[in-house]
Amino acid sequence: MSRSPVIVGVADAPTQERGRALPGATVLSIQRDAAHEALAQAGLTVRDVDGLAVAGMWGMPGPGAMQPVLLTEYLGLEWPRYLDGTNIGGAAFVLHAGRAAEAIRSGQADVVLIVYGSLQKSQAARALGNRPAMFSNQWDIPAGLPLPVGAYAMAAQRHAHVYGSTRETLAEIAVATRAWAALNPAAAFREPMTMDDALDARPIASPLARYDCCLVTDGGGAVVMTTEERARDLRMPPVHVLGHGASASHASIAHMPDMAKLEVAERSSRMAYAMAGRRPADIDLAMLYDSFTITVLMTLEALGLCGYGEGKDFVKGGRTGPGGAFPVNTNGGGLSYCHPGMYGLFTIIEASRQLWGLAGGRQVGGVRTAICQGTGGVLSSGATLILSTETG
Amino acid sequence: MTYDKPVPAIDAESEPYWTGAREGRLMIQRCGATGRCFLYSRRLAPGAGDDDVGWIEARGTGTVYSFTVCHVPAGPAFRDETPYVVACVELDEGARIVTNLVTDDPDAVHIGQHVEAFFDKVSEDLTIPKFRPTG
Repeated sequence: MSRSPVIVGVADAPTQERGRALPGATVLSIQRDAAHEALAQAGLTVRDVDGLAVAGMWGMPGPGAMQPVLLTEYLGLEWPRYLDGTNIGGAAFVLHAGRAAEAIRSGQADVVLIVYGSLQKSQAARALGNRPAMFSNQWDIPAGLPLPVGAYAMAAQRHAHVYGSTRETLAEIAVATRAWAALNPAAAFREPMTMDDALDARPIASPLARYDCCLVTDGGGAVVMTTEERARDLRMPPVHVLGHGASASHASIAHMPDMAKLEVAERSSRMAYAMAGRRPADIDLAMLYDSFTITVLMTLEALGLCGYGEGKDFVKGGRTGPGGAFPVNTNGGGLSYCHPGMYGLFTIIEASRQLWGLAGGRQVGGVRTAICQGTGGVLSSGATLILSTETG
Repeated sequence: MTYDKPVPAIDAESEPYWTGAREGRLMIQRCGATGRCFLYSRRLAPGAGDDDVGWIEARGTGTVYSFTVCHVPAGPAFRDETPYVVACVELDEGARIVTNLVTDDPDAVHIGQHVEAFFDKVSEDLTIPKFRPTG
Protein backbone atom coordinates (compact mmCIF):
# COMPACT_ATOMS: atom_id res chain seq x y z
CA MET A 1 0.00 0.00 0.00
CA SER A 2 1.48 3.29 -1.06
CA ARG A 3 0.59 5.19 2.11
CA SER A 4 2.20 2.58 4.36
CA PRO A 5 4.20 4.38 7.06
CA VAL A 6 7.99 4.19 6.90
CA ILE A 7 11.03 5.73 8.62
CA VAL A 8 13.38 7.55 6.24
CA GLY A 9 15.77 9.49 8.50
CA VAL A 10 17.17 9.47 12.03
CA ALA A 11 19.74 11.45 14.01
CA ASP A 12 21.07 11.64 17.54
CA ALA A 13 22.71 14.75 18.97
CA PRO A 14 26.49 14.61 19.46
CA THR A 15 27.72 14.93 23.05
CA GLN A 16 31.10 15.09 24.77
CA GLU A 17 32.60 14.54 28.24
CA ARG A 18 30.36 11.75 29.48
CA GLY A 19 27.26 12.95 27.72
CA ARG A 20 27.43 16.73 28.00
CA ALA A 21 25.95 18.77 25.14
CA LEU A 22 28.34 20.65 22.86
CA PRO A 23 29.20 24.23 23.90
CA GLY A 24 26.58 26.79 22.92
CA ALA A 25 23.75 24.28 22.64
CA THR A 26 20.30 25.11 23.91
CA VAL A 27 17.53 22.60 24.48
CA LEU A 28 15.89 23.92 21.30
CA SER A 29 19.02 24.06 19.12
CA ILE A 30 19.74 20.40 19.97
CA GLN A 31 16.35 19.51 18.52
CA ARG A 32 16.81 21.75 15.51
CA ASP A 33 20.19 20.21 14.69
CA ALA A 34 18.91 16.66 15.08
CA ALA A 35 15.84 17.45 12.98
CA HIS A 36 17.93 18.92 10.17
CA GLU A 37 20.34 15.97 10.21
CA ALA A 38 17.53 13.41 10.10
CA LEU A 39 15.73 15.30 7.33
CA ALA A 40 18.98 15.63 5.37
CA GLN A 41 19.58 11.90 5.65
CA ALA A 42 16.19 11.39 4.04
CA GLY A 43 16.72 14.08 1.42
CA LEU A 44 14.06 16.34 2.90
CA THR A 45 13.99 19.80 4.50
CA VAL A 46 11.95 21.48 7.21
CA ARG A 47 9.65 22.80 4.47
CA ASP A 48 8.51 19.24 3.74
CA VAL A 49 7.39 18.64 7.33
CA ASP A 50 3.64 18.81 7.91
CA GLY A 51 3.48 16.83 11.15
CA LEU A 52 5.33 17.28 14.44
CA ALA A 53 5.56 15.14 17.58
CA VAL A 54 7.55 16.12 20.63
CA ALA A 55 7.75 15.41 24.35
CA GLY A 56 10.22 16.43 27.00
CA MET A 57 10.67 18.03 30.39
CA TRP A 58 11.96 21.33 29.04
CA GLY A 59 10.23 24.68 29.40
CA MET A 60 8.13 23.61 32.37
CA PRO A 61 6.45 25.23 34.13
CA GLY A 62 5.90 27.68 31.28
CA PRO A 63 5.90 27.44 27.48
CA GLY A 64 6.97 23.78 27.63
CA ALA A 65 3.37 22.96 28.47
CA MET A 66 2.78 23.54 24.73
CA GLN A 67 5.95 22.02 23.26
CA PRO A 68 4.51 21.27 19.78
CA VAL A 69 3.50 24.92 19.42
CA LEU A 70 6.80 26.25 20.67
CA LEU A 71 8.79 24.00 18.36
CA THR A 72 6.59 24.89 15.37
CA GLU A 73 7.62 28.48 16.02
CA TYR A 74 11.30 27.71 16.64
CA LEU A 75 11.75 25.37 13.67
CA GLY A 76 9.74 27.65 11.39
CA LEU A 77 7.32 24.93 10.33
CA GLU A 78 4.67 26.15 7.95
CA TRP A 79 1.15 25.31 9.07
CA PRO A 80 1.69 21.77 10.39
CA ARG A 81 -1.55 19.81 10.18
CA TYR A 82 -0.61 17.01 12.57
CA LEU A 83 0.59 17.78 16.13
CA ASP A 84 1.30 15.39 19.00
CA GLY A 85 2.63 16.40 22.41
CA THR A 86 1.50 13.37 24.36
CA ASN A 87 3.73 12.76 27.35
CA ILE A 88 3.56 9.30 28.91
CA GLY A 89 7.13 9.46 30.19
CA GLY A 90 10.10 8.01 28.35
CA ALA A 91 7.86 5.76 26.25
CA ALA A 92 6.32 8.85 24.62
CA PHE A 93 8.28 8.81 21.37
CA VAL A 94 7.47 5.19 20.64
CA LEU A 95 3.81 6.10 21.14
CA HIS A 96 4.32 9.14 18.88
CA ALA A 97 5.71 6.92 16.12
CA GLY A 98 2.71 4.61 16.30
CA ARG A 99 0.26 7.48 16.14
CA ALA A 100 2.26 9.14 13.36
CA ALA A 101 2.08 5.88 11.41
CA GLU A 102 -1.71 6.06 11.50
CA ALA A 103 -1.74 9.79 10.66
CA ILE A 104 0.42 9.05 7.62
CA ARG A 105 -1.65 6.06 6.58
CA SER A 106 -4.88 8.04 6.78
CA GLY A 107 -3.54 11.08 4.95
CA GLN A 108 -3.50 13.48 7.93
CA ALA A 109 0.18 14.07 7.33
CA ASP A 110 2.82 13.25 4.72
CA VAL A 111 6.06 13.90 6.60
CA VAL A 112 6.12 13.66 10.40
CA LEU A 113 9.10 14.81 12.45
CA ILE A 114 9.52 13.34 15.94
CA VAL A 115 12.04 15.27 18.06
CA TYR A 116 13.50 15.27 21.53
CA GLY A 117 16.07 17.34 23.39
CA SER A 118 17.37 17.66 26.94
CA LEU A 119 20.11 19.49 28.82
CA GLN A 120 19.45 17.75 32.11
CA LYS A 121 23.14 17.05 32.78
CA SER A 122 24.45 20.53 31.94
CA GLN A 123 21.64 22.18 33.83
CA ALA A 124 21.62 19.66 36.73
CA ALA A 125 17.90 19.46 36.09
CA ARG A 126 17.17 15.88 37.06
CA ALA A 127 15.39 16.98 40.21
CA LEU A 128 12.58 14.46 40.23
CA GLY A 129 12.95 14.26 44.02
CA ASN A 130 11.41 17.70 44.15
CA ARG A 131 8.22 16.53 42.55
CA PRO A 132 5.23 17.59 44.63
CA ALA A 133 3.73 14.85 46.80
CA MET A 134 0.33 15.04 45.20
CA PHE A 135 -2.34 12.58 44.05
CA SER A 136 -1.14 8.97 44.34
CA ASN A 137 2.36 10.22 45.19
CA GLN A 138 1.08 11.56 48.54
CA TRP A 139 2.43 8.37 50.10
CA ASP A 140 5.60 7.57 48.13
CA ILE A 141 7.32 10.94 48.34
CA PRO A 142 6.82 11.74 52.05
CA ALA A 143 8.14 8.20 52.77
CA GLY A 144 11.41 9.11 51.03
CA LEU A 145 11.09 6.72 48.09
CA PRO A 146 13.84 7.87 45.69
CA LEU A 147 12.18 8.30 42.31
CA PRO A 148 12.28 6.71 39.95
CA VAL A 149 15.00 4.28 41.17
CA GLY A 150 13.23 3.20 44.36
CA ALA A 151 10.13 2.14 42.47
CA TYR A 152 12.16 0.03 40.00
CA ALA A 153 14.05 -1.41 42.98
CA MET A 154 10.80 -2.62 44.51
CA ALA A 155 9.86 -4.26 41.22
CA ALA A 156 13.29 -5.91 41.08
CA GLN A 157 12.84 -7.20 44.64
CA ARG A 158 9.44 -8.60 43.76
CA HIS A 159 10.74 -10.17 40.53
CA ALA A 160 13.53 -11.85 42.48
CA HIS A 161 11.00 -13.18 44.99
CA VAL A 162 8.56 -14.52 42.40
CA TYR A 163 10.92 -15.69 39.63
CA GLY A 164 14.28 -16.20 41.29
CA SER A 165 16.22 -13.53 39.44
CA THR A 166 19.35 -12.38 41.27
CA ARG A 167 21.80 -9.50 41.36
CA GLU A 168 23.92 -11.61 38.98
CA THR A 169 21.02 -11.62 36.51
CA LEU A 170 20.93 -7.83 36.59
CA ALA A 171 24.74 -7.60 36.36
CA GLU A 172 24.66 -9.72 33.19
CA ILE A 173 22.50 -7.03 31.57
CA ALA A 174 24.75 -4.17 32.70
CA VAL A 175 27.86 -5.95 31.39
CA ALA A 176 26.36 -6.94 28.03
CA THR A 177 25.06 -3.41 27.50
CA ARG A 178 28.47 -1.90 28.30
CA ALA A 179 30.09 -4.28 25.82
CA TRP A 180 27.80 -2.89 23.09
CA ALA A 181 28.63 0.67 24.18
CA ALA A 182 32.33 -0.10 23.73
CA LEU A 183 31.52 -0.55 20.02
CA ASN A 184 29.62 2.76 19.77
CA PRO A 185 31.88 5.83 19.42
CA ALA A 186 28.97 8.03 20.53
CA ALA A 187 28.51 6.25 23.86
CA ALA A 188 29.30 8.16 27.06
CA PHE A 189 30.73 5.14 28.91
CA ARG A 190 32.81 2.69 26.84
CA GLU A 191 35.32 1.23 29.31
CA PRO A 192 34.96 -2.55 29.73
CA MET A 193 32.88 -3.70 32.70
CA THR A 194 33.19 -7.06 34.41
CA MET A 195 30.59 -8.96 36.40
CA ASP A 196 32.58 -8.12 39.52
CA ASP A 197 32.53 -4.42 38.65
CA ALA A 198 28.77 -4.54 38.41
CA LEU A 199 28.27 -6.66 41.52
CA ASP A 200 30.67 -4.63 43.67
CA ALA A 201 29.26 -1.26 42.63
CA ARG A 202 27.94 1.21 45.17
CA PRO A 203 24.43 0.24 46.36
CA ILE A 204 21.72 2.76 45.47
CA ALA A 205 18.35 1.21 46.34
CA SER A 206 18.50 -2.52 46.99
CA PRO A 207 18.79 -4.66 44.98
CA LEU A 208 19.90 -2.02 42.46
CA ALA A 209 23.45 -0.67 42.49
CA ARG A 210 25.23 2.01 40.49
CA TYR A 211 25.56 0.07 37.22
CA ASP A 212 21.95 -1.09 37.33
CA CYS A 213 20.92 2.53 36.80
CA CYS A 214 20.81 4.56 33.61
CA LEU A 215 23.12 7.48 32.99
CA VAL A 216 22.25 11.12 33.44
CA THR A 217 23.28 12.88 30.21
CA ASP A 218 22.23 15.63 27.82
CA GLY A 219 21.15 14.66 24.36
CA GLY A 220 18.48 14.60 21.76
CA GLY A 221 17.40 13.06 18.54
CA ALA A 222 15.00 13.06 15.64
CA VAL A 223 13.10 10.55 13.51
CA VAL A 224 11.44 11.34 10.18
CA MET A 225 8.50 9.31 8.93
CA THR A 226 6.61 9.44 5.64
CA THR A 227 4.72 7.22 3.21
CA GLU A 228 6.23 4.28 1.39
CA GLU A 229 5.37 6.03 -1.87
CA ARG A 230 7.19 9.25 -0.93
CA ALA A 231 10.16 7.22 0.24
CA ARG A 232 10.75 5.95 -3.31
CA ASP A 233 12.09 9.40 -4.20
CA LEU A 234 14.20 9.74 -1.04
CA ARG A 235 17.74 8.73 -0.13
CA MET A 236 17.19 5.96 2.40
CA PRO A 237 15.55 2.60 1.84
CA PRO A 238 12.34 2.59 3.89
CA VAL A 239 12.15 1.07 7.35
CA HIS A 240 8.59 -0.19 7.50
CA VAL A 241 6.48 0.43 10.60
CA LEU A 242 4.66 -2.89 10.66
CA GLY A 243 2.94 -2.65 14.02
CA HIS A 244 2.52 -0.57 17.12
CA GLY A 245 0.69 -0.52 20.44
CA ALA A 246 0.59 1.27 23.76
CA SER A 247 -0.87 1.02 27.23
CA ALA A 248 -0.62 2.40 30.78
CA SER A 249 -1.52 1.17 34.22
CA HIS A 250 -0.45 3.31 37.19
CA ALA A 251 1.41 6.42 38.32
CA SER A 252 2.54 5.25 41.78
CA ILE A 253 4.36 1.93 42.01
CA ALA A 254 1.87 0.93 44.74
CA HIS A 255 -0.71 0.48 42.02
CA MET A 256 1.29 -1.62 39.56
CA PRO A 257 -1.07 -4.58 39.16
CA ASP A 258 1.65 -7.24 39.50
CA MET A 259 5.03 -5.81 40.44
CA ALA A 260 6.89 -8.77 38.91
CA LYS A 261 5.26 -8.49 35.46
CA LEU A 262 5.47 -5.58 33.03
CA GLU A 263 1.91 -5.95 31.83
CA VAL A 264 1.85 -2.64 29.95
CA ALA A 265 4.55 -4.07 27.68
CA GLU A 266 2.79 -7.39 27.33
CA ARG A 267 -0.36 -5.62 26.21
CA SER A 268 1.26 -3.01 23.95
CA SER A 269 3.37 -5.66 22.24
CA ARG A 270 0.43 -8.00 21.77
CA MET A 271 -1.26 -5.25 19.73
CA ALA A 272 1.93 -4.60 17.77
CA TYR A 273 2.59 -8.28 16.96
CA ALA A 274 -1.00 -8.72 15.79
CA MET A 275 -0.89 -5.65 13.56
CA ALA A 276 2.50 -6.64 12.14
CA GLY A 277 1.60 -10.28 11.61
CA ARG A 278 4.79 -11.20 13.43
CA ARG A 279 5.60 -13.35 16.46
CA PRO A 280 8.37 -13.00 19.05
CA ALA A 281 10.32 -15.67 17.14
CA ASP A 282 10.47 -13.31 14.12
CA ILE A 283 12.36 -10.62 16.06
CA ASP A 284 16.08 -10.29 15.23
CA LEU A 285 16.90 -7.31 17.47
CA ALA A 286 15.32 -5.85 20.60
CA MET A 287 15.77 -2.20 21.52
CA LEU A 288 14.35 -1.99 25.03
CA TYR A 289 14.20 1.10 27.20
CA ASP A 290 16.82 0.28 29.86
CA SER A 291 16.14 2.86 32.54
CA PHE A 292 17.44 0.16 34.87
CA THR A 293 18.70 -3.37 34.31
CA ILE A 294 15.48 -4.74 35.81
CA THR A 295 13.51 -2.94 33.09
CA VAL A 296 15.28 -5.01 30.43
CA LEU A 297 14.70 -8.27 32.30
CA MET A 298 11.00 -7.59 32.78
CA THR A 299 10.59 -6.32 29.21
CA LEU A 300 12.19 -9.42 27.63
CA GLU A 301 9.63 -11.54 29.48
CA ALA A 302 6.67 -9.25 28.79
CA LEU A 303 7.38 -9.12 25.04
CA GLY A 304 7.36 -12.91 24.90
CA LEU A 305 11.01 -13.07 23.82
CA CYS A 306 11.18 -15.56 26.69
CA GLY A 307 8.62 -16.76 29.22
CA TYR A 308 7.94 -15.15 32.58
CA GLY A 309 10.67 -16.36 34.90
CA GLU A 310 12.92 -17.38 31.99
CA GLY A 311 14.63 -14.00 31.69
CA LYS A 312 17.35 -14.96 34.14
CA ASP A 313 18.47 -17.78 31.85
CA PHE A 314 17.84 -15.77 28.68
CA VAL A 315 20.46 -13.14 29.62
CA LYS A 316 22.99 -15.53 31.17
CA GLY A 317 26.52 -15.69 29.81
CA GLY A 318 26.37 -12.57 27.66
CA ARG A 319 23.59 -13.89 25.40
CA THR A 320 22.31 -10.33 24.77
CA GLY A 321 25.77 -8.81 24.21
CA PRO A 322 28.05 -8.62 21.15
CA GLY A 323 28.39 -12.07 19.58
CA GLY A 324 25.55 -13.40 21.72
CA ALA A 325 22.52 -15.32 20.49
CA PHE A 326 20.06 -12.44 20.80
CA PRO A 327 21.18 -8.80 20.44
CA VAL A 328 19.61 -6.29 22.86
CA ASN A 329 20.34 -2.55 23.03
CA THR A 330 23.19 -2.51 20.54
CA ASN A 331 23.82 1.24 20.96
CA GLY A 332 24.84 0.72 24.59
CA GLY A 333 21.44 1.75 25.88
CA GLY A 334 20.45 4.19 28.55
CA LEU A 335 22.82 2.31 30.82
CA SER A 336 26.02 3.19 28.90
CA TYR A 337 25.28 5.22 25.73
CA CYS A 338 23.09 8.12 26.81
CA HIS A 339 20.07 8.88 28.93
CA PRO A 340 18.84 12.46 28.69
CA GLY A 341 15.76 11.67 30.82
CA MET A 342 13.28 10.36 28.26
CA TYR A 343 15.18 7.78 26.23
CA GLY A 344 12.45 6.14 24.09
CA LEU A 345 13.36 7.87 20.82
CA PHE A 346 16.84 6.30 20.84
CA THR A 347 15.35 2.81 20.58
CA ILE A 348 13.88 3.81 17.19
CA ILE A 349 17.06 5.57 16.04
CA GLU A 350 19.27 2.54 16.72
CA ALA A 351 16.80 -0.01 15.36
CA SER A 352 16.61 1.97 12.09
CA ARG A 353 20.39 2.15 11.80
CA GLN A 354 20.69 -1.59 12.38
CA LEU A 355 18.00 -2.25 9.75
CA TRP A 356 19.87 -0.01 7.29
CA GLY A 357 23.19 -1.69 8.06
CA LEU A 358 24.62 1.64 9.25
CA ALA A 359 25.57 0.63 12.80
CA GLY A 360 29.32 0.51 12.14
CA GLY A 361 31.36 -1.73 14.43
CA ARG A 362 28.29 -2.85 16.33
CA GLN A 363 26.30 -3.86 13.22
CA VAL A 364 24.46 -7.12 13.71
CA GLY A 365 24.25 -9.40 10.70
CA GLY A 366 20.93 -10.34 9.17
CA VAL A 367 18.66 -7.95 11.06
CA ARG A 368 15.37 -7.82 9.21
CA THR A 369 12.87 -7.18 11.97
CA ALA A 370 13.36 -5.23 15.21
CA ILE A 371 11.15 -4.47 18.17
CA CYS A 372 11.34 -1.16 20.06
CA GLN A 373 9.84 -0.95 23.52
CA GLY A 374 9.44 2.28 25.46
CA THR A 375 8.70 2.23 29.17
CA GLY A 376 7.67 5.39 30.99
CA GLY A 377 7.28 6.59 34.55
CA VAL A 378 7.74 3.88 37.16
CA LEU A 379 6.96 0.93 34.83
CA SER A 380 3.78 2.95 34.27
CA SER A 381 3.36 3.07 30.51
CA GLY A 382 4.49 1.02 27.55
CA ALA A 383 4.68 1.57 23.82
CA THR A 384 5.81 -0.89 21.15
CA LEU A 385 6.98 -0.48 17.58
CA ILE A 386 7.82 -3.32 15.20
CA LEU A 387 10.10 -2.21 12.38
CA SER A 388 11.29 -4.17 9.38
CA THR A 389 13.14 -3.97 6.12
CA GLU A 390 10.28 -6.05 4.74
CA THR A 391 6.72 -4.96 4.04
CA GLY A 392 3.83 -6.43 5.99
CA MET B 1 12.47 21.85 65.12
CA THR B 2 10.76 22.33 61.79
CA TYR B 3 9.92 19.32 59.65
CA ASP B 4 11.98 19.57 56.46
CA LYS B 5 10.88 16.48 54.55
CA PRO B 6 8.32 16.59 51.71
CA VAL B 7 4.76 16.85 52.99
CA PRO B 8 1.68 15.52 51.21
CA ALA B 9 -0.39 17.92 49.12
CA ILE B 10 -3.61 17.01 50.90
CA ASP B 11 -6.73 17.56 48.81
CA ALA B 12 -10.45 17.09 49.34
CA GLU B 13 -10.25 13.42 48.34
CA SER B 14 -7.37 12.50 50.64
CA GLU B 15 -8.26 14.70 53.60
CA PRO B 16 -10.06 11.88 55.52
CA TYR B 17 -6.87 9.76 55.36
CA TRP B 18 -4.66 12.45 56.84
CA THR B 19 -7.28 13.57 59.38
CA GLY B 20 -7.64 9.95 60.46
CA ALA B 21 -3.87 9.67 60.85
CA ARG B 22 -3.87 12.66 63.21
CA GLU B 23 -6.45 10.79 65.29
CA GLY B 24 -4.38 7.60 65.30
CA ARG B 25 -6.58 5.76 62.80
CA LEU B 26 -5.46 4.22 59.50
CA MET B 27 -8.23 5.05 57.06
CA ILE B 28 -8.73 3.32 53.72
CA GLN B 29 -11.54 3.24 51.20
CA ARG B 30 -13.89 0.41 50.39
CA CYS B 31 -16.05 -0.16 47.34
CA GLY B 32 -19.65 -0.80 48.43
CA ALA B 33 -20.40 -2.93 45.37
CA THR B 34 -17.39 -5.27 45.41
CA GLY B 35 -16.08 -4.92 48.97
CA ARG B 36 -12.64 -4.26 47.54
CA CYS B 37 -10.47 -1.97 49.68
CA PHE B 38 -8.06 0.54 48.21
CA LEU B 39 -5.95 3.59 48.83
CA TYR B 40 -5.15 6.31 46.92
CA SER B 41 -8.36 7.80 47.93
CA ARG B 42 -10.75 8.94 45.24
CA ARG B 43 -14.42 9.23 44.53
CA LEU B 44 -14.64 6.10 42.43
CA ALA B 45 -13.63 2.51 42.90
CA PRO B 46 -10.74 1.45 40.65
CA GLY B 47 -11.77 -1.03 38.01
CA ALA B 48 -15.49 -0.99 38.76
CA GLY B 49 -15.76 2.77 38.23
CA ASP B 50 -18.43 2.56 40.92
CA ASP B 51 -18.91 5.71 42.96
CA ASP B 52 -20.35 3.79 45.93
CA VAL B 53 -17.22 4.21 48.03
CA GLY B 54 -16.82 4.81 51.74
CA TRP B 55 -14.10 5.11 54.34
CA ILE B 56 -13.30 2.37 56.87
CA GLU B 57 -10.68 2.13 59.57
CA ALA B 58 -8.11 -0.54 58.69
CA ARG B 59 -6.78 -2.90 61.36
CA GLY B 60 -3.30 -1.56 60.66
CA THR B 61 -1.72 -4.95 60.02
CA GLY B 62 -0.38 -6.39 56.79
CA THR B 63 2.58 -7.93 55.01
CA VAL B 64 5.47 -6.62 52.95
CA TYR B 65 4.58 -6.89 49.23
CA SER B 66 7.95 -5.46 48.23
CA PHE B 67 10.58 -3.10 49.62
CA THR B 68 13.87 -1.38 48.97
CA VAL B 69 16.71 -0.41 51.27
CA CYS B 70 17.62 3.14 50.29
CA HIS B 71 21.37 3.77 50.46
CA VAL B 72 21.09 7.01 48.52
CA PRO B 73 18.48 9.31 50.06
CA ALA B 74 15.50 10.75 48.18
CA GLY B 75 16.76 14.20 49.14
CA PRO B 76 18.92 15.99 51.69
CA ALA B 77 16.23 15.74 54.37
CA PHE B 78 16.52 11.93 54.33
CA ARG B 79 20.34 11.83 54.35
CA ASP B 80 20.80 11.18 58.07
CA GLU B 81 18.57 8.13 57.94
CA THR B 82 20.35 6.06 55.28
CA PRO B 83 20.11 3.19 54.93
CA TYR B 84 16.35 3.35 55.41
CA VAL B 85 13.60 1.05 54.20
CA VAL B 86 10.67 2.05 52.02
CA ALA B 87 8.15 -0.74 51.61
CA CYS B 88 4.97 -1.43 49.72
CA VAL B 89 2.74 -2.94 52.40
CA GLU B 90 -0.33 -4.97 51.54
CA LEU B 91 -2.86 -4.42 54.30
CA ASP B 92 -4.91 -7.38 55.51
CA GLU B 93 -7.94 -5.66 53.97
CA GLY B 94 -6.19 -5.76 50.57
CA ALA B 95 -5.14 -2.16 49.94
CA ARG B 96 -1.49 -1.39 49.17
CA ILE B 97 0.43 1.54 50.64
CA VAL B 98 3.95 2.82 50.06
CA THR B 99 5.35 3.62 53.48
CA ASN B 100 8.37 3.72 55.74
CA LEU B 101 9.22 0.40 57.34
CA VAL B 102 11.02 1.49 60.49
CA THR B 103 13.49 -1.09 61.72
CA ASP B 104 16.97 -1.36 63.24
CA ASP B 105 17.67 -4.33 61.01
CA PRO B 106 17.13 -3.52 57.31
CA ASP B 107 18.88 -6.75 56.30
CA ALA B 108 16.12 -8.80 57.93
CA VAL B 109 13.32 -7.19 55.94
CA HIS B 110 11.72 -9.63 53.52
CA ILE B 111 8.68 -10.03 51.29
CA GLY B 112 5.81 -11.56 53.25
CA GLN B 113 7.05 -10.17 56.57
CA HIS B 114 4.27 -9.21 58.99
CA VAL B 115 4.10 -5.53 59.85
CA GLU B 116 1.87 -3.17 61.81
CA ALA B 117 1.10 0.52 61.56
CA PHE B 118 2.09 3.21 64.02
CA PHE B 119 1.54 6.92 63.89
CA ASP B 120 4.45 9.33 63.66
CA LYS B 121 3.44 12.86 64.59
CA VAL B 122 6.09 14.70 62.59
CA SER B 123 4.66 18.20 63.14
CA GLU B 124 1.72 19.98 64.72
CA ASP B 125 -0.30 19.53 61.54
CA LEU B 126 0.96 16.27 60.10
CA THR B 127 0.93 12.70 61.34
CA ILE B 128 2.33 10.09 58.95
CA PRO B 129 1.31 6.44 59.32
CA LYS B 130 4.42 4.24 59.22
CA PHE B 131 4.99 0.53 59.74
CA ARG B 132 7.26 -1.70 61.80
CA PRO B 133 7.87 -5.46 61.82
CA THR B 134 5.88 -7.59 64.26
CA GLY B 135 6.93 -10.87 65.83
